[in-house]
Amino acid sequence: MSRSDYEVIIGLEVHAELSTKTKIFCSCPTEFGGAPNTHICPICTAMPGTLPVLNEKVVEYAVKAGLATNCEISRNSKNDRKNYYYPDLPKSYQISQFDKPLCEHGYVEIDTENGKKKIRLTRIHIEEDAGKLNHDDFGGGSLVDLNRAGVPLIEIVSEPDLRSAEEVEAYMRKLKSILEYIEVSDCKMQEGSLRADVNVSVKRKTDTKLGTRTEMKNMNSFRSIVRAIEYEVERQIDIIEDGGKIDQETLRWDDVSGKTFSMRDKEDAQDYRYFPEPDLVAIKLSEEYIQNIKNTLPELPESRKQRYLEQYNLSEKDANIITSSKYLSDLFESAITICNNPKAVNNWIISDISRILNETETEPIAIPFDGKQLGQLVVLIDKGTISSSIGKKVLEELFENPRNPEDIIKEKGWIQISDEGAIKEVVTKILEANPQSIADFKAGKDRALGFLVGQAMKETKGKANPKMLNEMFLKELKGI
Amino acid sequence: MDITELTVHELQEKLKNKELTITEITKAYIDRINEKEKDVDAFVTILTEEALEETKNLQKKVDNGEITGNFAGIPIGIKDNICTKGIKTTCSSKMLENFVSPYNATVMEKINSENLINLGKLNMDEFAMGGSTEYSYFKKTKNPWNLKKVPGGSSGGSAAAVAANMVPWALGSDTGGSIRQPASFCGVVGLKPTYGLVSRYGLVAFASSLDQIGSITKDVRDCAMLLNIIAGYDEKDTTSEDMPKKDYTECLKNDVKGLKIGVPKEFFGEGINEEVKTRLEKIIEEYKNMGAEIEEFSLDIAQYALATYYIIACAEASSNLGRFDGIRYGYRTPEFTNLKELYKKSRSEGFGEEVKRRIILGTYVLSSGYYDAYYKKAQQVRTLVMNEFSKAFEKYDVILTPTAPTGAFDIGEKSNNPLEMYLADICTVSVNIAGLPAISIPVGLNSEGMPVGMQLIGNRFKEETILNVAYTMEQKLKFREKYKPEFK
Amino acid sequence: MKISKEEILHIANLADLNIKEDEIEKYALNLQDILNFANIVNNAPVDDLDITIGANEKKNVFRKDEIKVFEDNEALLQNAPSKEQNMFKIPKVL
Repeated sequence: MSRSDYEVIIGLEVHAELSTKTKIFCSCPTEFGGAPNTHICPICTAMPGTLPVLNEKVVEYAVKAGLATNCEISRNSKNDRKNYYYPDLPKSYQISQFDKPLCEHGYVEIDTENGKKKIRLTRIHIEEDAGKLNHDDFGGGSLVDLNRAGVPLIEIVSEPDLRSAEEVEAYMRKLKSILEYIEVSDCKMQEGSLRADVNVSVKRKTDTKLGTRTEMKNMNSFRSIVRAIEYEVERQIDIIEDGGKIDQETLRWDDVSGKTFSMRDKEDAQDYRYFPEPDLVAIKLSEEYIQNIKNTLPELPESRKQRYLEQYNLSEKDANIITSSKYLSDLFESAITICNNPKAVNNWIISDISRILNETETEPIAIPFDGKQLGQLVVLIDKGTISSSIGKKVLEELFENPRNPEDIIKEKGWIQISDEGAIKEVVTKILEANPQSIADFKAGKDRALGFLVGQAMKETKGKANPKMLNEMFLKELKGI
Repeated sequence: MDITELTVHELQEKLKNKELTITEITKAYIDRINEKEKDVDAFVTILTEEALEETKNLQKKVDNGEITGNFAGIPIGIKDNICTKGIKTTCSSKMLENFVSPYNATVMEKINSENLINLGKLNMDEFAMGGSTEYSYFKKTKNPWNLKKVPGGSSGGSAAAVAANMVPWALGSDTGGSIRQPASFCGVVGLKPTYGLVSRYGLVAFASSLDQIGSITKDVRDCAMLLNIIAGYDEKDTTSEDMPKKDYTECLKNDVKGLKIGVPKEFFGEGINEEVKTRLEKIIEEYKNMGAEIEEFSLDIAQYALATYYIIACAEASSNLGRFDGIRYGYRTPEFTNLKELYKKSRSEGFGEEVKRRIILGTYVLSSGYYDAYYKKAQQVRTLVMNEFSKAFEKYDVILTPTAPTGAFDIGEKSNNPLEMYLADICTVSVNIAGLPAISIPVGLNSEGMPVGMQLIGNRFKEETILNVAYTMEQKLKFREKYKPEFK
Repeated sequence: MKISKEEILHIANLADLNIKEDEIEKYALNLQDILNFANIVNNAPVDDLDITIGANEKKNVFRKDEIKVFEDNEALLQNAPSKEQNMFKIPKVL
């Protein structure tokens, strides 16, 4: 049978780190990148006798995420212990949620080739992150750093509604943009603050029964997720085609070899012995509490997109790109309040800014300049203070060392020459040096004008006002 | 005058009248420890040097009026599962033989802020699992009334040290009777407060939903005073109750007229020693004579509560003791080739047999396939037990039972039969299951010359009621005046 | 009910405990005894009762999201059986 006879079924468990100031059960900072074991206390190192106290922001952020993804918010929720031994888990249990998650039965919509598709969410629950194991290159062991232990996470569990790697990517991007919009997670994938466990199974389209699934853990780049799914689908189909059986197991995706590997011994079947966390009390949310959070929800990407289409006449494609990221969208909105030229800002974001982000593999959150600076850049071009080609150089400068564009052009001497006398001087100089072009122009070759203007621009290092140059050349040529 | 014979309120009186100095008190206790510890083995860590040093500093401050607190310079002993910064906290386990806590338990912060003097850390059953203090990794504590007998447990070191006058009072912890039963065995007063009255922060967890820190004292007034110090809301323990501070000595009225005392007949049935029954029946008569209304009633939950207790306590313990893995602190096996071996060997060598037995039981009842039949059922039974107590407290102010089915038993008598040891907790565990307060006071001696204890159970946060009912009987019986341990 | 050797070993493995060959039977018998006793919870009249998790009915006890730094960092590592570069050292883990 061919690949097209198979249906691919994928479900995701997405972990997003919440952007609270402190950890979920203690008051240590969550800040990324501290020296090993400097953001720790007796609680997150599981010293005997310590007790957890739940961070109120964690509940608030999780409820926010639930509301933004159309979930029902549980009025009656609790924490549970998930017991297993691993050196990055100091208590040897993770405080998570088992049968009463904070949010249930939601969905998000993604765009597919065949139009919009709803991906159902089973649940969103809160839990704590584990620490980090570092390899000790000299001593031949591993080293445990507990700075991350206890950083708050939400786990967003989807139904197995995804049918391809493309749908998975669209779904992840959608989740990421929603979480960014509601400002509960900064979703920095390189730092692991957004990552996914991907469950994949395949079945023949004619079969009614689902296939056995495998799980790939801790995937944290869109590219790896897409590659890993494509590889895993092929692997599973090959096994079935050869008459084999898929083992239900946890796999590790290796980006270098482009393959998946089995992670655990099968005999080591997990039994997490979940039970209600007796050190924490029930979470019972009132209608009022939930309504208050609802009232603080910002405009979500879908709604912003509609507004951009109607209010600013952006194309559907451009509006999609800009609203896919809260940071791009905020940049856009902030820039147009300065320059009042949505079309121009749109063009800068879609073309040059996106190109630079791609080339440097930077995420929008890491754009170093702000919307005000981008807006000022557009104003400078609109006023004719600089040309758009100088504008591109200013943009590069903004990425390098962000500061006021006006200061940049002053400092670099990029201010456009719009003084009539100065323009005339250049024009005269170029005409004197290019008699052939004058002849060509007289002979009716319009191209010659373009060449002359180009020469003048070169002479002024791009600073001459192109419109004035054009007019001056025409005037002078006619006079010859 | 033998200073160590005095209760804390008597010491306070003498300090106030300048009949004594805190230096004299500390020295008297150190002498007493030096004399008796070799017989009793109550301490895991003795802080003689530290106590003297601290007393010296305190004496200066008291003399020049810097400190005026009522408790400044009063010594205390601390059960060794309560975390003390800079001092070993071993839980009487090889696992924590050298563990020094990086922080103080909330109760220690309170004790320290009152300027009490910590004389040492007291022996216990390993991780508070046991009823005889025979399961300590370090030593078996002896009962001061008869050195061949157990002091009870798990707070056996605390109860024995108070009974032997090696500390004037002590902190213990009670998960299923671990304060009340040793208090009963050693002829002292032991209070398990309502769940949530005293912060558990810094108490090394055995069973989180049952554990509670409480006081072991010479008399009921001291018991109320120590409760005054340790009770109170703590933002570090979400299960602790936010309520106004009380002075628990104010309830000691020496009057029980009109009070309704319920006597559950199931707690006087099979398995309860005849001498204990007879003794308590006399006490019940006394209460009647004092004007209390006594009524026998049925509270048929003891067996269910005991089974539930062992399921819930072991389940929680199996998880709470997961953190002892030989990585961040505690015992680490000297030889291992990989991580799994490091875990398994460290835990197997670091924990004693009883602890392992309970971890295995707890792991079993939580494991897939058994959860509903045991753990979930036990949680339902917990509701049943609470409901039955609620009904009882609609009718009665206090419920009166024996603290233990027998007096103290011989060392070695039960340590090889875990189930039998568990059955001895029959009178006390339902109190923890329901989160209620209960006090044990000595009400006489049995024919072996060992103390017999009475347990008074109160409704939630009705410590005042049981303290007064206990106090009234204490004033009548004058047990401490009549009997003293003989270290025979 | 009977607890098999395999069951004891499985449970011990879940709890990361080793049980010596000559201890297995003892642990199995102890467990069996205790479970047989504990089984009486299944006779309790609890059909319609909810479960109780804690000993009180508190709810919604939260902490403010405010940073408090634990000052005595050294004390957090002082008990470590093995450490290096301010981290807890363990055998190599893949």
